[in-house]
Amino acid sequence: MAPILQVENLSHIYSAGTPFEHKALDNMNFSVERGEFIGIIGHTGSGKSTLMQHLNGLLKPTSGRVLLDGQDIWSDKKLTRQARFRVGLVFQYPEYQLFEETVYKDISFGPKNMGLDAGEIDRRVRESAGFVGLTEQQLEVSPFDLSGGQKRRVAIAGVIAMEPEVLILDEPTAGLDPSGRDEILANIESYRKSKNATIIMVSHSMNDVARLTDRLLVLNGSRIAMDGTPGEVFNRAWELEEMGLDIPEVTRIFMRLKEMGLPVEPVYTMEQAVSALKQLKGGKRHA
Amino acid sequence: MSEAIRVEHLNYSYPGVDNTPAVAVFRDFNLSIEQGSFVAVLGSNGCGKSTLAKHFNSILLPCGGKVYVCGLDTSDEELLIRVRRNVGMVFQNPDNQIVANVVEEDVAFGPENLGIASPEIRRRVDKALKQVNMYEYREHAPHLLSGGQKQRVAIAGVIAMEPSCIVLDEPTAMLDPRGRKEVMDTILRLNAEKGITVVLITHHMDEAAQAQRVVVLNKGAVVADGKPEDVFSNVELLHRIGLAAPETVELCYALNHEGFQLPLNRLDIEKCAQTLYDAIKV
Repeated sequence: MAPILQVENLSHIYSAGTPFEHKALDNMNFSVERGEFIGIIGHTGSGKSTLMQHLNGLLKPTSGRVLLDGQDIWSDKKLTRQARFRVGLVFQYPEYQLFEETVYKDISFGPKNMGLDAGEIDRRVRESAGFVGLTEQQLEVSPFDLSGGQKRRVAIAGVIAMEPEVLILDEPTAGLDPSGRDEILANIESYRKSKNATIIMVSHSMNDVARLTDRLLVLNGSRIAMDGTPGEVFNRAWELEEMGLDIPEVTRIFMRLKEMGLPVEPVYTMEQAVSALKQLKGGKRHA
Repeated sequence: MSEAIRVEHLNYSYPGVDNTPAVAVFRDFNLSIEQGSFVAVLGSNGCGKSTLAKHFNSILLPCGGKVYVCGLDTSDEELLIRVRRNVGMVFQNPDNQIVANVVEEDVAFGPENLGIASPEIRRRVDKALKQVNMYEYREHAPHLLSGGQKQRVAIAGVIAMEPSCIVLDEPTAMLDPRGRKEVMDTILRLNAEKGITVVLITHHMDEAAQAQRVVVLNKGAVVADGKPEDVFSNVELLHRIGLAAPETVELCYALNHEGFQLPLNRLDIEKCAQTLYDAIKV
């Protein structure tokens, strides 16, 4: 089976031929397997948003191709349209895009556009509301009466209701408190598990991407600077810092412990840190 | 020490829309912020942080009780301009705060509104831009700047009005790590060098850890108030109200559940690493 997404020699130039010409993507190549959870990190202006908008056909490559399930999404108008449903895009601060009178109507907007029948729309609205933890009663209220965190979940449900095979989220947790952040991330993970969906998440939170993703793409200067597991990427801490990026705090603590002479391997999640230190202390006690 | 902000017995409810009842946010709320201090305000979404901040420069007025800014009653209409001159606000989204097409014109917007003579405006704009390290960008177009740069222009616009206090409502939520650091460094410098009182509302615990004092709100009440080391060591309380401690403290806390006995007040990486090292070496 072909990878769900393939990006081949993808370049994008904004305002080509004008004094404002800017190469936002410079010959990018990567592919994404079904069910993978990928994190994209990179500082402002590194090309993250431009890349995301290519993956569901909102932007057309200046050169290169984007293949969905082995087919170039720009080879045929039908395929381009399909890509917009099969690859769901949740923008930053998506709650600003809510517009309907009720939560139910807002979530059903996407499936309606797909031309589904009323029964199927209803099933999808209820199922996707369930994924993001909205109650039956909340479906009937105005989305504008909800809190910020709830509004964001409505917006995500609206995209999930199209049952995209690939769900792309641009900083889904920005501006949320720690518990709101954990809830949204759990919602995303449960959608992935139940549909074997592919998740691509852009984030500035190194702790979140370290904990959740299988693989990280690091963008820098319009190119892919690194592509690997969180472990492989965070091992290159100095390079990340040079790019203006962070590394998880536990990774930083362990780098310091190693400098101080403790026999520790690099870690990048809280769980790894706890178990490594536990072992180290246990080992001492029995030695 | 004189007070920059004093909140006395504040009551505030958002009025109900149509037939819905009013939503009470504060009931008999009290808080005092010292002149020249750097206070971080934490709390989960909907706890009243932003509502409180909007009382500090008369965007919202108390339903009951009083808010004083440098001794000025915020609900006295005659004092409104003086209140706003004393307290500058910076919000989350820099794009919503920039009004002009050139950086220096944007920074001049506030002082112009205060009716200040133009040589003085020139002086203030240059000074403010230098203080946020954006002077070389004074002739650039704001929309082409990065998020961190835009936010620093917004801060320059506020300090050009020479306020004694700046209130920042999640100023780094939309920024990348580099932008966050630029903004935090700027805030810390303004506080340390210019003695400007800073009230920083944030969801980033590592930012709050850099303040002199942390105030934690939950459902419209202060549930913790003190030095960062003391407030963050109460990890259970923070978890119960949907917050977290900085990762350094969270790591020590998790290890204590595995039989370690670590103090929970080692906020920075260096101190945390030293504590772990000592615990394992013995």
